[in-house]
Amino acid sequence: MLSVPLGWFIAVSSALFFIGAAGVLVRRNAVVILMCVELMLNAANLALVAFSRRLSDATPRGSVFVIFTFVIAAAEVAVGLAIVLAAYRNQPTVEVDEIHELKG
Amino acid sequence: MDDTTLRVLATIVPLAPLAAFAINVFFGRWRLQHLTGLIASAALAISALAATGILLGTLGRHDAAIVTLYRWIGVGTFQIDVSFQIDQLSTLMMLVVTWISFLIHVYSMGYMHDDHGYWRFFSWLPLFVFFMLVLVMADNYLLMFVGWEGVGLCSYLLIGFWFEKPAPQAAANKAFWMNRIGDWGFMVGVILIFLTFGSLAFRDVFAKVGIAQSELLTAICLFLFLGATGKSAQIPLYTWLPDAMEGPTPVSALIHAATMVTAGVYMTARSTPLFAEAGPALLVVAVIGTATAVLAATIALVQTDIKRVMAYSTVSQLGYMFLGVGVGAPIAAMFHLATHAFFKALLFLGSGSVIHALGGQQDMRHMGGLKPKLPITYWTMLIGGLALAAIPPLAGFWSKDEIVNSAFFRGQGYEWFWAIGVTTGALTAFYTMRMLWLTFHGAPRDRHLYEHAHESPRVMTTPLIALAVGAALAGLVLGWPPDAGWVHQYLGPLFERAEAIDYSRIAVLATISAVAGVLGLGLAWLTYARRRPDPERVARTFAPLYTLLVNKWYLDAFYDHNVAGAFRWLFGASWAFDLAFIDGFVNKLAAGFQIGGRNLRRLQTGIVGNYALTIVLGLLFVGAAYAYLRLRQ
Repeated sequence: MLSVPLGWFIAVSSALFFIGAAGVLVRRNAVVILMCVELMLNAANLALVAFSRRLSDATPRGSVFVIFTFVIAAAEVAVGLAIVLAAYRNQPTVEVDEIHELKG
Repeated sequence: MDDTTLRVLATIVPLAPLAAFAINVFFGRWRLQHLTGLIASAALAISALAATGILLGTLGRHDAAIVTLYRWIGVGTFQIDVSFQIDQLSTLMMLVVTWISFLIHVYSMGYMHDDHGYWRFFSWLPLFVFFMLVLVMADNYLLMFVGWEGVGLCSYLLIGFWFEKPAPQAAANKAFWMNRIGDWGFMVGVILIFLTFGSLAFRDVFAKVGIAQSELLTAICLFLFLGATGKSAQIPLYTWLPDAMEGPTPVSALIHAATMVTAGVYMTARSTPLFAEAGPALLVVAVIGTATAVLAATIALVQTDIKRVMAYSTVSQLGYMFLGVGVGAPIAAMFHLATHAFFKALLFLGSGSVIHALGGQQDMRHMGGLKPKLPITYWTMLIGGLALAAIPPLAGFWSKDEIVNSAFFRGQGYEWFWAIGVTTGALTAFYTMRMLWLTFHGAPRDRHLYEHAHESPRVMTTPLIALAVGAALAGLVLGWPPDAGWVHQYLGPLFERAEAIDYSRIAVLATISAVAGVLGLGLAWLTYARRRPDPERVARTFAPLYTLLVNKWYLDAFYDHNVAGAFRWLFGASWAFDLAFIDGFVNKLAAGFQIGGRNLRRLQTGIVGNYALTIVLGLLFVGAAYAYLRLRQ
């Protein structure tokens, strides 16, 4: 079986993660920030799957954990978009810097 | 009387005034207002009846009954109970305190009627009675000290009752300070007692009195006596009492004449087993008592404020009581304490009635000729005055005579105390007559005040009459025949008797002191009624002496310049230290936190991106640190 070295998986995973993190930090649009968070989650998923394959455990615990991450990510997107919609109704913008009514 | 009944009664006596205090202080201002007077008086009536019940129930009993309420402190061998010692001495004090307090509470309902602090007055007054009862009923020195401090507090509160005015404030502070000095002495004495005898209960201490060295015992007694000079206004701490007259007149009558100031005498009499073994201490007590009696009587000769005459007279009479204790006649001292409580309370309440009638005027130079306007006040005060002047057969004669006679019978040079005591008796009669004449006789000196004068309401005159009956008869009822009367038989088992009584010599001595009293009265009558010699001319002839007396022997001024001055400097220095160092440190610390907080606040931007960036940077830092440490290994 053709084997891709583990390092390549880690490299792709790190790249995805930092692209996501950079997106969270620099973008203002709440929807885009949510998408970037998804990107970071999936970077973590990729690393989990890669490690799971490599360590060839009897029970693929890493892969199972990814399923949990999917479920939680789906829930997170649902809640996140609901918050964005609610905020949009209150004030017609999705720019996070302009939503600062709760700042002390 | 069985023990349960005694226990219940002994608990009611102090707790009834305490309950009145609690009710009045919490509900007096907004709900009860003028009901507070009735509540306090009713509580005092209950207390007085319970005390009378204790007297009747324990008449045949000779040993002291101990009523223990609960264990207060129990640390190793240091065991203190809240318990009362019911014996002849404390029962006598309970009766005097509760009955006189009751009458004065009733009187105060009239006297204080228009005062806006009515509820406050009737909160502090029962609280005072409670502490006084704790003081006299305690079976150990520490509980006595609680009462001792408590009455001092109430005295402070009531002297400064009209705290809007500066003079009562100053007087209250002065009283508190002078008493603090005395309290310090008392406290040191109590600590020494515990270190020496390992207990503070009277019965334990007195049973073991023999184990102490006589020097130590003398020191203990002198410290205790320092406490007594503070509370009972003796040299050198007496100067607060005349100033305490800034308080309402019923307060002067109750606290600063009839009860609280006698606490020192009571404590000394209670500690007789200690003093009896302490040699020189008793002589000190006698000398201080006599000196105070003379000094205060001479100052009273020239006072123009009616209440101040009474105040100095109180100081003088307390001096007599200490003379009695000092010459080994505590029964005579307690007897004088009881009769004095009657006639001095009467005189104060009477002068309160005069002041009330004149709309607050206390200066005798504005009085005169009030007899037809205030008949009840006049006649009752006349009885009180004659009792104070020790004219037989009124109360003061029997008790005071017994004190000076005890000094005479002691012999060994103690006859001098007798001579000074009798001379002071003449002075007492003089200033009493002067006070009565200037107030009630002659031509009215202030027409306006005279026209508006009116007799006090019945709620005030009834206590006057009751006290006048006491002042007239207490001496005969309690003390006849001399040295074998009811009071002697009652208190007798508590104190060792000196020697058999020689009645023939008593008759001679009694005649001498009665003549001295009448001489004093007559001289005052000649001076102020007939103006032969004219009082102003006498004052001019003996100008240096007169100035000395008007300035109270310059003792107040001396204290103010030399003693208080040093303290003022000390207080100023510690105030400056406090400002510069302690306050400075705290302020700088607080300012540092404020500046820090103001700057750190900028970190809270409210922009989520900033927080996320911080998290990422932190993550990178931790990751980098981890990697670096791993690589180094």
